[in-house]
Amino acid sequence: MNFVVPNFAPAYAELFVAAMGVVILLVAVFLKQSARPFAYLASLATLLGAAFITWYTMDGQVSYTFGNMYIDDLMGDVLKLMVYFAMAVTLLYSRGYLTDRKMDRPEYFVLATFATLGMMVMISANHLLTVYVGLEMLSLSLYALVAFDRDSARSTEAAMKYFVLGALASGLLLYGMSMVYGATGSLELSGIAQAIYHQAGNRTVLLFGLVFLMAGIAFKLGVVPFHMWVPDVYHGAPTAVTLLISTAPKLAAFAMTMRLLVNGLFELADQWQAMLMFLAIGSIVLGNIAAVAQSNIKRMLAYSGISHMGFMLLGLLSGVVDGDSRLALNAYGSAMFYAVVYVLMSLAAFGMVILLSRAGFEAENIDDFKGLNKRSPWFAAMMMFVMFSMAGVPFFVGFFAKLAVLQAAVAAGYVWLAVLAVMMSLIGAFYYLRVVKVMYFDDPLDASPISASADLKLVLSANGLAIAVFGLMPSQLIESCVAALAGSF
Amino acid sequence: MSDMQTLYLMVPLAPLAGAILAGLFGKTIGRAGSHVVTILGVAIAFVLSIVIYQDVQAGNTFNGTIYTWATSGNLKLEVGFLIDQLTVMMMLVVSFVSLMVHVYTIGYMHDDPGYQRFFSYISLFTFSMLMLVMSNNFLQLFFGWEAVGLVSYLLIGFWYTRPTAIYANMKAFLVNRVGDFGFLLGIGLVAANTGSLNYAEVFAQADQLAAKSIELFPGSPWLLITVICICLFIGAMGKSAQVPLHVWLPDSMEGPTPISALIHAATMVTAGIFMVARMSPLFELSDTALSFVLVIGATTALFMGFLGIIQNDIKRVVAYSTLSQLGYMTVALGVSAYSAAVFHLMTHAFFKALLFLGAGSVIIGMHHDQDMRNMGGLWKYMPITWITSLFGSLALIGFPFLSGFYSKDSIIEAVHFSHIPGAGYAYFCVIAGVFVTAFYSFRMYFLVFHGKERFGQPHDGHHDHHGDHEDEEVSHDHHHGLAPGQKPHESPWVVTVPLVLLAIPSVIIGFMTIEPMLMGEWFKGVIHMSEAHPVMEELASEFHGPVAMALHGFTTLPFMLAMAGVVIAWFFYMIAPGIPAAIQRIFKPIYLLLENKYFFDRFNEIFIAGGARLLGKGLWKGGDGMLIDGVAVNGTAALVGKVSRLSRLIQTGHIYQYAFVMIIGVFLLLTFWFTG
Repeated sequence: MNFVVPNFAPAYAELFVAAMGVVILLVAVFLKQSARPFAYLASLATLLGAAFITWYTMDGQVSYTFGNMYIDDLMGDVLKLMVYFAMAVTLLYSRGYLTDRKMDRPEYFVLATFATLGMMVMISANHLLTVYVGLEMLSLSLYALVAFDRDSARSTEAAMKYFVLGALASGLLLYGMSMVYGATGSLELSGIAQAIYHQAGNRTVLLFGLVFLMAGIAFKLGVVPFHMWVPDVYHGAPTAVTLLISTAPKLAAFAMTMRLLVNGLFELADQWQAMLMFLAIGSIVLGNIAAVAQSNIKRMLAYSGISHMGFMLLGLLSGVVDGDSRLALNAYGSAMFYAVVYVLMSLAAFGMVILLSRAGFEAENIDDFKGLNKRSPWFAAMMMFVMFSMAGVPFFVGFFAKLAVLQAAVAAGYVWLAVLAVMMSLIGAFYYLRVVKVMYFDDPLDASPISASADLKLVLSANGLAIAVFGLMPSQLIESCVAALAGSF
Repeated sequence: MSDMQTLYLMVPLAPLAGAILAGLFGKTIGRAGSHVVTILGVAIAFVLSIVIYQDVQAGNTFNGTIYTWATSGNLKLEVGFLIDQLTVMMMLVVSFVSLMVHVYTIGYMHDDPGYQRFFSYISLFTFSMLMLVMSNNFLQLFFGWEAVGLVSYLLIGFWYTRPTAIYANMKAFLVNRVGDFGFLLGIGLVAANTGSLNYAEVFAQADQLAAKSIELFPGSPWLLITVICICLFIGAMGKSAQVPLHVWLPDSMEGPTPISALIHAATMVTAGIFMVARMSPLFELSDTALSFVLVIGATTALFMGFLGIIQNDIKRVVAYSTLSQLGYMTVALGVSAYSAAVFHLMTHAFFKALLFLGAGSVIIGMHHDQDMRNMGGLWKYMPITWITSLFGSLALIGFPFLSGFYSKDSIIEAVHFSHIPGAGYAYFCVIAGVFVTAFYSFRMYFLVFHGKERFGQPHDGHHDHHGDHEDEEVSHDHHHGLAPGQKPHESPWVVTVPLVLLAIPSVIIGFMTIEPMLMGEWFKGVIHMSEAHPVMEELASEFHGPVAMALHGFTTLPFMLAMAGVVIAWFFYMIAPGIPAAIQRIFKPIYLLLENKYFFDRFNEIFIAGGARLLGKGLWKGGDGMLIDGVAVNGTAALVGKVSRLSRLIQTGHIYQYAFVMIIGVFLLLTFWFTG
């Protein structure tokens, strides 16, 4: 057998993260209780190092390695940088929360590092198996993280649900992959694309495969009707883990969607766009309406996340109109912009929940935000920024994200869909504004001042301000999303 | 960004920084801190304006975008500057007058509890006005337009505990809304028909606009350009207080006097004049619009002057004279003498600010008594105020060699040369207006500074007292007028220095600048005049230098009329004070008409305000209360709530049901694609 040493260069960052994950795991085993910050600092350093590597190897070229199983392109690099950023912020926010609850075991950081690796693999996958490997690596880490608070019945129940449903979704995805392989004879995404282009394979089998692939993607994105796990897991998991699940993995899921649907099955755009529309409508409608009745802010944010993912799909489903893909770059760019903005907002929202929580007390209910303005006008303002932005109030970045995807939908001729989405986001405005209302107009339930570490306060403030500042100058972020995608198709 | 662009940007931003510091951190930096930062900000703006002026004179104009705010289709929403001769002149006037007013305010507002707030507002105003004049596009113009309106609203109601002030600021705001509506329609029409908001791009398409017509009512086509210009001018009517949207300006005297000087005389009210001059390439294409402008302006110039004659409140006299002078500027616009309008705008800014600040100084001396019937003989006690006010009044009535003479005489001559419809009426109005102006100005001058000393007597005058002293009104009478035996005194230096500094340009600026500004090439390429309206060229051909013009001025009809006005005022109020009272008795109906300001206010209150309230009440009870609140808002909210609670039931927590939903999802997707 002739073994060719593969070109490792496109995967330096992944190799680095993998090595560091193992190192942290091994070193932490031998460290004493008192050396706990090691894992935290080491995982932050890992993210920083990976960011350096990705940044300096980012050349805008598309390169393949490991026998075309792996792709390194601009979209991947940009998304990876976002993932590092989101993960770093997540770790920063989480640390105090974990310490307060005696949960700051090194495993948390090890698992977070491996989850990062999983996401990186998903983002750079050019092969059905690579997609699957990355996805499982991420998912298994997340299952374990959800159950991290071992003694909490709610936590373990959530983990169990997530695991069983995730296994089901993985099964569906694998089933879909096998059918696509059967129809096209290729596992490599570009090979699949070519095979479909040449009209090879059985179309019925291919469409069957597509439906099952879609189920797997939809589960990962958490869109209706594959969303049932989302509220329970967001609610049950420790807030630090909810924060992790609701941010960076959404970027990875976006990348997976792009790889599978756009890189692999672009010829079937007519079919998958219609499926995405079905998912998008369901998510936007159900997400917004169900969020109205929630009294738990983590559940509310879970439903809001479902509706946001629905909005993101509006961009993805507007790329091809009657076989004409001229609008595709803009549409997918808007979807990516939406995903990035959502991550930014979600970080700040769960960051606020963490900020208000302390040992023995979870600020989980909307009522816990009552009178926040009296306790801390600054953070009330930050939370208001986040809520306004999520609701899509103009001149916060969330408004431009919504505008971008709606413009894409209108450009593709789906005016009715845009109108429906706007009406649903009007309903959505209610529950976001309710949070603002209780913060400013209700009396606090407990008047104790907010105690949190300086780094959490600082980063959270920066996070909130970023939402306002990007709202004033959104064009650069939009343009860099479009530019990142330009090289990929 | 080039060095000059940084300078341009600093001009409006320096006052803004001052406003923010004084407004948000006023308590921290204190009273002195507040006036130091705001004055510093405005001084920077003024100095930079001089630098930019020299740069422009060297031939460096600028037109470009600084920041693109948003793009919508082909329409760009931008912040940009157009720095040319017109802009730089406005920048100098605005920043100079504003600087004087800032300094003066230290003295005038000395005891006011809202000291910091006041400085913050006037700096904010300076920022807004500079943004307005420096703009290179309609959007920013509109921003500045609304911002000065807002600050004006805040300042008229500065003493917000006084019901009259609140009434006045509401009125100013509402009347301006009417004008702004027209303005916005005009901007909308421009944007819709040219696809651009940038001046240069719009003007480049002016000829295409002129070719289009629009059906306002079915069957009666109007030239598009006429509609646009009239709409824009309606905006100018609101801001520059032209009949019938003038009603807010006299009431705005409820604000503190420095504001009356800065906003309601020298700068903000001239925004409309400036805007029309800026839009000269559009207005030149429509004779109908120009005639409309001309007639409105002429009416304002004469009939508002009449009202000045019967006022007893010193500030209101100056206010009506402002209305009348704004009418003159508008007339100049109407006869295509844009440069004359802008020239009068500039000279007027100086002498009117001077007159207002002089009136304020008198008010300080009189311990916040504003009624002229309680004054008299003040020249002895307030010499600086007296002399500077005399110069201001002479400039206002157009005494040869003073600045007002050059600008007003040019306007009258321009009207004389014009042939557009309405020019005859306008000529009569402006000529008659000269007499009226001289009469009321010197009526005020004689009543205040000469004659018998009438102060120190019991009275019930109109007070410019300070808001938070309301409860002292009973116990400390001296706060509102002089107590018996008390004498007025000259104001402190922070008040008199601005008076002197403003008196200088009031006297000489016309003499110095008429040749380059009006007759020369200063505005060439900036203000557009079509060949059909060669008014300025004819004016220039008659011009033989400022000295000759002034000497000739002694022999003309306007001068005779002005002198007649002065002499009659002297005779009526100095020699035979019984005559005005007798005239008032004999011509009772006319007096009543004037006293009620031609019943504009009454009409507005009954028909417009009353009608609006009736309509509003109907819509509120029927439309809003029943339909919108009852059915639409609460109805849908209840429905959403119900559906939402139902949707909670789906989330059972049972894992097998979750899995089942997923399978159903797959099943739905499958059937969807293999049956349909």
